[in-house]
Amino acid sequence: MRVPPWLLSDRAGLVLLAVLAVLGIGVPALNLLTPPDHPLHLTAYTVTLLGKYLCYALLAVSIDLVWGYMGILSLGHAAFFALGGYCFGMYLMRQIGTRGVYGDPVLPDFMVFLNWKELPWYWHGFDSFGFAALMVLVAPGLLAFVFGWFAFRSRVSGVYLSIITQALTYALMLAFFRNEMGFGGNNGLTDFKDVLGVPLHDDGTRVVLFVLSALTLAGGYLLCRWLVSTRMGRVLVAIRDSEDRARFLGYRVEQVKVLVFALSAMLAGVAGALYVPQVGIINPGEFAPLNSIEAVIWVAVGGRGTLIGAVIGAVLVNYAKTWLTGALPEVWLFALGGLFVAVTVLLPYGLIGLLRRKEKAA
Amino acid sequence: MVSRTSFRAGLAGFALLLLTLFAASSVRAADDDALRTLLTQLREADFTEKEALIETLVGMDHPRIAAILGALPESRLYYQEEGDRMVIAQSDDTEIAIEDAITGQPLGQVVKRDLDRIRVNNRLRSLIEDRLASLGLSSADPGKRRAAVDAFLRNPKPESVARLKARLEVEPDKKIQELLAAALALVDLASPEATVRAGAAKALGGWTQAEIRGPLLRVAAEDSDVTVREAAKTALAKTEFRLQMLGWAETLFFGLSLGSVLILAAIGLAVTFGVMGVINMAHGELMMLGAYTTWLTQQYLPVNWSLPVAVPLAFLATALVGIAIERGIIRFLYGRPLETLLATFGISLILQQAVRSIFSPLNRSVATPDWMSGTILLGPLEVTLNRLVIIGFCIAVFALLWLALQRTRLGLEVRAVAQNRAMARAMGVRSARVDALTFGLGSGIAGVAGVALSQLTNVGPNLGQNYIVDSFMVVVFGGVGNLWGTLVAGLSLGVANKVLEPWSGAVLAKILVLVFLILFIQKRPRGLFPQRGRAAEV
Repeated sequence: MRVPPWLLSDRAGLVLLAVLAVLGIGVPALNLLTPPDHPLHLTAYTVTLLGKYLCYALLAVSIDLVWGYMGILSLGHAAFFALGGYCFGMYLMRQIGTRGVYGDPVLPDFMVFLNWKELPWYWHGFDSFGFAALMVLVAPGLLAFVFGWFAFRSRVSGVYLSIITQALTYALMLAFFRNEMGFGGNNGLTDFKDVLGVPLHDDGTRVVLFVLSALTLAGGYLLCRWLVSTRMGRVLVAIRDSEDRARFLGYRVEQVKVLVFALSAMLAGVAGALYVPQVGIINPGEFAPLNSIEAVIWVAVGGRGTLIGAVIGAVLVNYAKTWLTGALPEVWLFALGGLFVAVTVLLPYGLIGLLRRKEKAA
Repeated sequence: MVSRTSFRAGLAGFALLLLTLFAASSVRAADDDALRTLLTQLREADFTEKEALIETLVGMDHPRIAAILGALPESRLYYQEEGDRMVIAQSDDTEIAIEDAITGQPLGQVVKRDLDRIRVNNRLRSLIEDRLASLGLSSADPGKRRAAVDAFLRNPKPESVARLKARLEVEPDKKIQELLAAALALVDLASPEATVRAGAAKALGGWTQAEIRGPLLRVAAEDSDVTVREAAKTALAKTEFRLQMLGWAETLFFGLSLGSVLILAAIGLAVTFGVMGVINMAHGELMMLGAYTTWLTQQYLPVNWSLPVAVPLAFLATALVGIAIERGIIRFLYGRPLETLLATFGISLILQQAVRSIFSPLNRSVATPDWMSGTILLGPLEVTLNRLVIIGFCIAVFALLWLALQRTRLGLEVRAVAQNRAMARAMGVRSARVDALTFGLGSGIAGVAGVALSQLTNVGPNLGQNYIVDSFMVVVFGGVGNLWGTLVAGLSLGVANKVLEPWSGAVLAKILVLVFLILFIQKRPRGLFPQRGRAAEV
């Protein structure tokens, strides 16, 4: 097997793939093969937590693709993440079957509670894993495509675009909070039992989900890395640096933007779909504008326009969040806020930028 | 309770007025004697006899009747053995000031023990209240007369009809005349004559009170005569139309009220974002600081005085914070709007957490001053005073800001820098100083908006977050760099929201407005009133 040149030259990417491979083998081994009292034993909680970080990392990669390479600061990527999550959550909901509190074979509990008599049309098909998996890609992708089609064609860009993406996710949050929408309102979708017939809370399932997250992250990273190394990738950077010039040179700027935006939304949707079975709940809070902006700061911390930086930033910031919200809950928002300020003012190229500067100096 | 005390206070004032009249003439000596006899009887009578005596009292034409009847149910009417006379006590202490019941002459302080109270029971109290209401008809105060007619509408008594009719003849106030006519028509609605009923029904059209609409609905459905039913239906149609118009007016008012809040929230942004091109995501948190300033002021000052003090304080406090933010962070990020957005978002998180740590994560209750609470009649429309004040406040803030930008030296410099920074600098404008002051101005207005918001919503660490998306939408919709655009956008979004609300529910209305805005920006990326000229190209 020959390694393609674009990957061979990406040293950091190879390191990432190696780390993911080690994690993908090591974590299951440490969880399943060691006895619970062994010092190296990883609890199911830790496995899930790591899996969550990897989902966030994939979300960050998808943001970096549009922000770092194409210059579109989307403050609405949490919407795509949450949509993917909801699609998969709907599948998991249908899997509950008669084991719900009300024991209805078709309707999820919250619908019985709302006195609904039959399944809304948009819930049909979600009992099939294949259909749900397809929707995980289609729903966010379609939304991004339509939104991008309108926005980019009328040349909404810069902060205007950021603000309307934020309005988009805010509107979706308000909509999903409504019980009438048929997505569980406030409580969202939860109480999942199993996936593909396997109980969700088994250690084995959790490990499999973790490995899947690692594989998907690797796949997502490779896809993006490949994309930015192609001619189209050059066009992306050209759009970022001077959209008008790229347009005058004859590139169909709008089409490129829409396609990449939709692709990025699909990646975010996949991240959401993997996230939901691991945390066991999806609710409208995931649409909150804060989530989108937090994800953007992961990318900024790691260093935008590098893809690898997105992964590093997502994992580091989330690790800090887990640690700080546990140890010093009051400090977390100060830390996050300070991080926003420090990174934008002092570290415009993030941690990766810092490393590169050192390398050059040496 | 308030209305009741004021009613009593009014009665006292009324008594005083009559007292002066009385002093001017002593023609009433004979009446006085008759009244004295009656009151003496009242002292010795049992409760049933008292009832009859009170009716006689009501029928008497004597200026002190209202004062005496007002004192009786409150157990302030006494017999004083010392002077063998009836007296009215001014209070209920052991040492009380008294006045002569019949002449109203003050008689100084006495010990309560020396007085002999005239007792009444609850039955008599309600009788007296009722009779006092009809007495109110002849009051000099139009408000009291109106209250008397309203009381009649709530509880129409056939025996009062004659009095209402008599009053209608002499009533000078047009509005009360109409109300009296309606009250009489309401009585006629029960007349045995079909033509009278039909006439009454016709006259009652357009009155929206439940006391009038209820009987009219009943007549329209059940009356034995078809012409009466028809008349009632026509009248009801008129009422419905009026109700609908009132409904629209109310919606419009609520829309303007919401719109003025949106404008207040957005107008500071219009300065920082519109004039300077800086995305300040911490704008909402600056409003929150303004609201907390109000709360702090109320800890040290009486509520009624707190707001006029809080407005300048909030302006200063948030303007200083704003200048600190600009000097400390934003000035390093000019020309990088997306980074500014992220950095100011970080600041917003820090401010939120700071408030949470300093004050508590719980909401703080900010009191509403007396002069802002309650309702007021605006024509036929009853509106809450605080919303009205905020609309006025919004107009004032807008006007001041507009004047500041158009008529002051700083405003001129701000506009110059906004239009062409390099040229302004070349002309000697210190652009760094202007940037700081502009940002301070925008932030100060956010603080002032926070003072207004503290009167409408909960003051808590999350106050700002609820407004940030909305206020950006207002600025973008109106067109960046255009204060009038912000005004029009805020008002129209507020009204649109409230018009949609009854039809779709509050949340869906908000979603629809957001979706509309997203679509609108596609169509006109530069807003309703786009900036023209070179600045627009940047």
